[in-house]
Amino acid sequence: MISMEFLVASGIGFVVACGIYLLLRGRSFTVVLGLSLLGYAVNVFIFAMGRLWSGAPPILEGAGPFADPLPQALVLTAIVIGFATTGFVIELALRSHHENGTDQVDGIEPGEDGEDRDEAERGPGR
Amino acid sequence: MQTLLHEVMAHLPMLAVLLPSLTAVVLLLLGDHGGDSHGGHGHHRLLWSRRIALASVLLGLLMAALLVQQAATGELTVYRVGDWPAPYGIVLVVDRLSAMMLLLTSLVAVPVLWYATGGWDSHGRHFHALFQFQLMGLNGAFVTGDLFNLFVFFEVLLIASYVLMVHGQGRVRFRVGLHYVVLNLVASALFLIGVALLYAKTGTLNFADLAVRVPGVTGPDAALLQAGALLLLVVFGFKAALAPLSMWLPATYAAASAPVAALFAIMTKVGVYGIIRLHGVVFGADAGPSVFLVAPLLLPLALATCVVGVLGALAAATLERLVAWLTVASVGTVLVAVGLFTDAAWGAALYYMANSTLVVAGMFLLAELVAAQRGDAAARLEPASPVSQPVLLGLMMLLAGASAAGLPPLPGFIGKLMLLEASSAHTWQLAVWTVVLGVGFLSLIGLARAGSILFWHVRDEVPGTAAGASPKLIGATTALLAATVAMSVFAAPISAYTAAAARQLVDRESYARAVLGPQGIQTNTTRPYRFAPAVPAAPAAAPVAQEAGR
Repeated sequence: MISMEFLVASGIGFVVACGIYLLLRGRSFTVVLGLSLLGYAVNVFIFAMGRLWSGAPPILEGAGPFADPLPQALVLTAIVIGFATTGFVIELALRSHHENGTDQVDGIEPGEDGEDRDEAERGPGR
Repeated sequence: MQTLLHEVMAHLPMLAVLLPSLTAVVLLLLGDHGGDSHGGHGHHRLLWSRRIALASVLLGLLMAALLVQQAATGELTVYRVGDWPAPYGIVLVVDRLSAMMLLLTSLVAVPVLWYATGGWDSHGRHFHALFQFQLMGLNGAFVTGDLFNLFVFFEVLLIASYVLMVHGQGRVRFRVGLHYVVLNLVASALFLIGVALLYAKTGTLNFADLAVRVPGVTGPDAALLQAGALLLLVVFGFKAALAPLSMWLPATYAAASAPVAALFAIMTKVGVYGIIRLHGVVFGADAGPSVFLVAPLLLPLALATCVVGVLGALAAATLERLVAWLTVASVGTVLVAVGLFTDAAWGAALYYMANSTLVVAGMFLLAELVAAQRGDAAARLEPASPVSQPVLLGLMMLLAGASAAGLPPLPGFIGKLMLLEASSAHTWQLAVWTVVLGVGFLSLIGLARAGSILFWHVRDEVPGTAAGASPKLIGATTALLAATVAMSVFAAPISAYTAAAARQLVDRESYARAVLGPQGIQTNTTRPYRFAPAVPAAPAAAPVAQEAGR
């Protein structure tokens, strides 16, 4: 039987792989998606580092087993920070798109060289 | 009055974080100037923002000086937030290194903010509030005694830096800013993975407690623990621009506005600080199976950083890029000294770090002063119209360049000399001497080339900018350069302090005793997740250690 640990670990690995693939794409939107996926995987990873428990209280009661509450607290902080930074990076990507006239991360549409750039940036909507 | 002073002194470590944070909140409440830079309500708001921000950084400088004075006695100030005993609560610890870093931050912040009030702060929104948030993150990162807390303060300073990076706006800033933000977010994800691995294997994130527990992690557990620590080396190395993770820095720093780039000079040092605290101390000597974990990696990488940095400086097409590449080379030199893992080398590292931060910050400001007087050519290293204050700016450039390249009698020379001395008898001595001396020589060539193009190779027929820089801008830049000269004049006491700081860092026992209390060392041997009959004693059962404030 597949253990819960194996499932969680391979699940995290798969999400990280997807995140890294998206991060390496050229358009800022996919990069932001990749960052979010990576963030989710990291959050579950932190949670899993407190070990996977079922039916154990996160509070120390005598000598019984207890789920470690600290990674749960850490993950809350990480979620809040991750949420804020994702919001910011989306806004920044939009501004960069607006300023550079393309959502390509290096500010150049594929197929254009540097000379055409100024032309392209004065394109539609400007 | 006496008791009030006593209270303030007791809470200084916390106040160093709270002061910039409260100032930032006040500045946000005061509101933005809204682009109204002449007359009107917006202008008044800008003036008040400047006054409040300047008063706050000056007060911060005073507090940092008090903390240095306190730390110089060798006393470790441990501040238990909420009076929770370590390692259950969060502690702020101020030792010699932390106090020195706080002072260095303030020493950079005061002139840079003064410079920014010369006009840069009105080129975008909420500059002053963001500047204070950045200081809050920097100060917090330097005083915290907890790894996760370090992550949080890292994020605070990074989020402020993301916005400061694009301050002044413009196409290039947004493009480079996006790269900067994405790379840092990936680094933050790696930071969390590393922290989680460390927690999984030791059950603690308190630096003192980690240092006590890491030696006890053996076998396959040690391999995972070391993987976590090496991931953190990637993160800190990225912030510190350790090769091959240094490629982002020149583009970012060169694109940022001058005061922001000058403030960022201290940000790379947070990475160095993290490497010293975690890899130098926790995973340093006496770490059991993980002893000197990063020693085989750090020194070669640091030497490579020096070489990459100076080659970039030689190839730089603008003065800002040149300075940014020299930042990389100087961080490389600091990390070479850190990578030698001896007290003497660390003393040299801290001395050189303080000097190079001030010099680099001054040079970023100077680069803009020069660029502003060269018409359309700006900071590009090509013949253009003469600058309107050639003697003044030329002398400043000479002073900064001589210190950056390490010419006697400036502190860059003293720091490098201490480093070379400390590397004697090390197996890598030959490589260290070759690289450090070669880098000094090549930076000198790069700077001499830049200086002769900027000041001597002028085309008089091209109309230049008639106006000289305002006294405020010149004054702020001079203050930073004067600070480096002061480091040379007071080299003896400063290097004695940094040497003592290095010795204090490796004294893990006193650190653990100060943070955890005498009980802490004995009781925290219980590993997490092992249900031996001896369950860890509840915190209340142990005698609560004396709070710092009492």
